Amino acid sequence: MSTTSAGAFDRLMQEAEALASEDSRDEIVGTFYRTTRSICEESVTYQTQAGRSEKLDAVLTSPVWGFPMMLAMLGVVIYMTIAGANIPSDMLASLFGAGEEVLTLAFQAVGAPDWLYGVLVLGLYRGTSWVVSVMLPPMLIFFPVFALLENFGYLPRVAFNMDRLFKRSGGHGKQSLTMAMGFGCNAAAIVSTRIIESPRERMLAILTNNFVPCNGRWPMLIMLSSLFMAAGFAGGWQTLATAAVVMGMVLIGIAVTLIVSWTLSRTALRGVPTHYTLELPPYRRPKVWNTIVRATMDKSVFVLKRAVKVAAPAGVLTWILANIHWGGSSVLEHIIGFLDPFAYTLGLDGTILMAFILGLPANEIVLPILLMGYLSTGAMTEVNDLASLKQVFIDHGWTWLTALNVMLFSLLHYPCGTTLYTIYKETRSPKWTFFAAVIPTLIAVGVTFTVAQMVRGFGWV
Amino acid sequence: MTVESYRIALAGNPNTGKSTLFNLLTGLRQHTGNWPGKTVLRAEGSFTYRSRNFQVIDLPGTYSLYSNSADEETARDYIIFEKPDVTVVVLDATALERNLNLALQVMEMTDRVIVCVNLIDEAKRKGIVVDDRKMAARLGVPVVKISARNQEGVDALLDTVFRMVTGEMKARPVQVRYSAATENKISRLVPRIQSLIGPDVPARWIALRMLDGDRSLLDSLKAHWMSRGKGDGEVEHDISRSV
Repeated sequence: MSTTSAGAFDRLMQEAEALASEDSRDEIVGTFYRTTRSICEESVTYQTQAGRSEKLDAVLTSPVWGFPMMLAMLGVVIYMTIAGANIPSDMLASLFGAGEEVLTLAFQAVGAPDWLYGVLVLGLYRGTSWVVSVMLPPMLIFFPVFALLENFGYLPRVAFNMDRLFKRSGGHGKQSLTMAMGFGCNAAAIVSTRIIESPRERMLAILTNNFVPCNGRWPMLIMLSSLFMAAGFAGGWQTLATAAVVMGMVLIGIAVTLIVSWTLSRTALRGVPTHYTLELPPYRRPKVWNTIVRATMDKSVFVLKRAVKVAAPAGVLTWILANIHWGGSSVLEHIIGFLDPFAYTLGLDGTILMAFILGLPANEIVLPILLMGYLSTGAMTEVNDLASLKQVFIDHGWTWLTALNVMLFSLLHYPCGTTLYTIYKETRSPKWTFFAAVIPTLIAVGVTFTVAQMVRGFGWV
Repeated sequence: MTVESYRIALAGNPNTGKSTLFNLLTGLRQHTGNWPGKTVLRAEGSFTYRSRNFQVIDLPGTYSLYSNSADEETARDYIIFEKPDVTVVVLDATALERNLNLALQVMEMTDRVIVCVNLIDEAKRKGIVVDDRKMAARLGVPVVKISARNQEGVDALLDTVFRMVTGEMKARPVQVRYSAATENKISRLVPRIQSLIGPDVPARWIALRMLDGDRSLLDSLKAHWMSRGKGDGEVEHDISRSV
């Protein structure tokens, strides 16, 4: 139509700028709001007063009750998980134990060689069955309950409550939302940091997201605290104490998130937090059955599948490493022996550290690798209940300090491979991806070292 | 019959059930990826209705279409540059006053707009009654009440979409009237914009953004227009008009 150039465009823009006045934007926005109000007044009628959402929010986001309610709810979810998972876990374990006896008889019947029996039954079968019986029941309770809370609309309220803390630590209020996402999956949460506009604040959210336990880490936290941390309590109190420990872990994670955000925003990522509007959507009654099925299919089965898929070959691999001898001891013992001295200063042992290193691809597989490492080196125990699982750990020199430090290390250590890859994809920066791995690792090493030295120094173990 | 495919864009605030509607319409026939050059999720799907193919683009959920964020820019650019055959603005029936803002903005950008009032079941429970006819009269575009969750009203929505893309129904979006001074400035800018860029852009809306000082839009407009070459002046459909 016209042979205009970029110059003409720029001239028009300059002209428009000259026309625009200070209050142009205010007028435009103001007119908009007046128009929408008048349309609504004409076409929308309200037959009731304040809804349930407002009443609920008065409590759930109140300055006084917000935090206690939040902690209480987290506590209830964890308590339900621990209390509900114990019995099915035991049942599954004895079921798998019975299965192992059948398998053993079958292998003897056909006269299978010892090494084949070792690889398939003692390595593969035993390892995976432990993983299933330990991880599946808590997941079947925790994930659906968490998803129900999420669909109910509670997570934005968590963000609302946490907002002030994050602002004060120099981050963006929305960081509390991405943190909440991290309870599900850190990699997904990294992607969700896109909602944070400022690159500085987004980086803070990315670097600290790992400090909340994800799907892959919950089962281990729950299992270890129920086996070790509440040993001194009996009956219902035991479950309560376990829940308290797990909750303590979550709180430590949040505290570290805030401390790291605070430190970074005063050093490498300096700046002032920006303002934003957080919408609190109305509470909605979740589609209960739908949510439960979804959470079970999407999360529990997914996590378990991933764990088993990696655990099965890892079980075979660890068994083989444990049975190839070189210079008087097995290859596995060499690796573990190499890691042992350093691991000891952290209150861990070589096998644990190896499990964390081999567990880089996914947090779900740390526990399976750990178990198989133990099962392949130590004396074989009868697999029939959870008490014998604890015995496996105790036989390898575990104390409550070991359990505590494994939990702390799991909570604070480097993000899993998927998350690191996501961080790289989102930031396109090898430097920050590197920091995203190194900062948590240093913190994990520092914290476990300090705890181990203190506990041993005071002679508590 | 030709196998043409109509494009439907879904716009809406976050938490309006836009994605529920998207899933309901497209079922498993969808794929996701990123918008070119942006870290914004792009979800696309398709369905067949009355033996026509429809392609649905789920725009990022936004509160406005100004240039506050990558999400808002993405949604805005799609409506302006890709010109979907119809833009369905999904509103939360329980928060219409806030939600309508976005509808009015889209109505300044294109006349192929359908307002879809979702979560009508929830509104009913809360005692909120929406008079869709009055609202449609005020807006000048079709208003359809639905509950994507309960799959209510979706037929009526599809029927409206169908009639709009086939040209059977024409919307005449009512434009927000600004103060005399602003309207005066707009009418000075509009002809200039039309002669510069051509008639296939929402000149009134661009004029408003110019007065608003929305640099990001103007830059993106310039970039898009330059890459397309000259304003070739092809007339697709007339854009906005004042009422």
